[in-house]
Amino acid sequence: MTNTKTVCLYQANNGDTLKITSLSFEGVMRRRLLDLGFVPGAVVKVIRRSPLGDPIAFRVSQTTIALRKEESMRIEGELITHE
Amino acid sequence: MSNVYRVALAGNPNTGKSTLFNALTGLKQHTGNWAGKTVDMAEGTMQHKGETYKLIDLPGTYSLFSNSKDEEVARNYIVFEKPDITLVVLDATSLERNMNLALQVLEMTTNVIVCVNLIDEAAKRGISINEQQLTRRLGVPVVKISARNKTGFPLLFDTMDRLVKGIIQCQPALISYHTVIEEKISKIEPLVRPLIDDDLSARWVALRLLDGDESLLDEIKGRMAQKEEQTRGLKYPV
Repeated sequence: MTNTKTVCLYQANNGDTLKITSLSFEGVMRRRLLDLGFVPGAVVKVIRRSPLGDPIAFRVSQTTIALRKEESMRIEGELITHE
Repeated sequence: MSNVYRVALAGNPNTGKSTLFNALTGLKQHTGNWAGKTVDMAEGTMQHKGETYKLIDLPGTYSLFSNSKDEEVARNYIVFEKPDITLVVLDATSLERNMNLALQVLEMTTNVIVCVNLIDEAAKRGISINEQQLTRRLGVPVVKISARNKTGFPLLFDTMDRLVKGIIQCQPALISYHTVIEEKISKIEPLVRPLIDDDLSARWVALRLLDGDESLLDEIKGRMAQKEEQTRGLKYPV
């Protein structure tokens, strides 16, 4: 049993895989992110960063979706794999 | 004796919704996967067994809440224009992602056919889909197709035909929410029912009220006012 580390999506490195644990959003933005597949339990992979580090592209249920720092800062997940 | 049935196509972006639309109508609507490409709803017609079907290609969305103009257009069409059939097009290679939209549609309306598209692509990736099981679980007909290769079309047409003629009836499986929410729904629903048109799902409106969806309320108000205007016009002709 390895101890799991919880980080926000913004902090994760390229190639990392995370399992979402929580989203600190309310209302429409929360709904929007859930609709896009950022649901607790979902496995997300960090694909790549834009030149200035924001936004970051994530792979979530077979689709690539880029999130701004404001969003990815507020989604937390357990680090599953490191590359 | 021929009727015109309206069929709305709903689905996530890139599920081949517009490919299906083009294959059915013979039109060549240009498609691409950028946002807003299909904002204007395209319309076309097809014939089957002497009936005419008017197909409406709704904008591709991941959801049907008021997050964007696209979603609002698609939602309003399904809820207020009440097509005879809502065809939900799903990507067979990514069912989990696509199911979100399908379940939302099932909450809003009853006459739904679920089209599992890209079935050839799924087979290549070793994905097999049990459409009978899906039909039972969802309570609406599920048909496997490949819009690109036009496979599964005869069964799709047959299902459409039987649905509009009332030979098959849909009983969409509804999501049951947490008890707290269900209790609130059961309180709101009876109050909502007498206020809205019969053909609007009271449960769905109750859920939107709990959500605080103001754009939907405005839409309902607007449409009611319009209706009132029309009936007044009829009573007192100028």
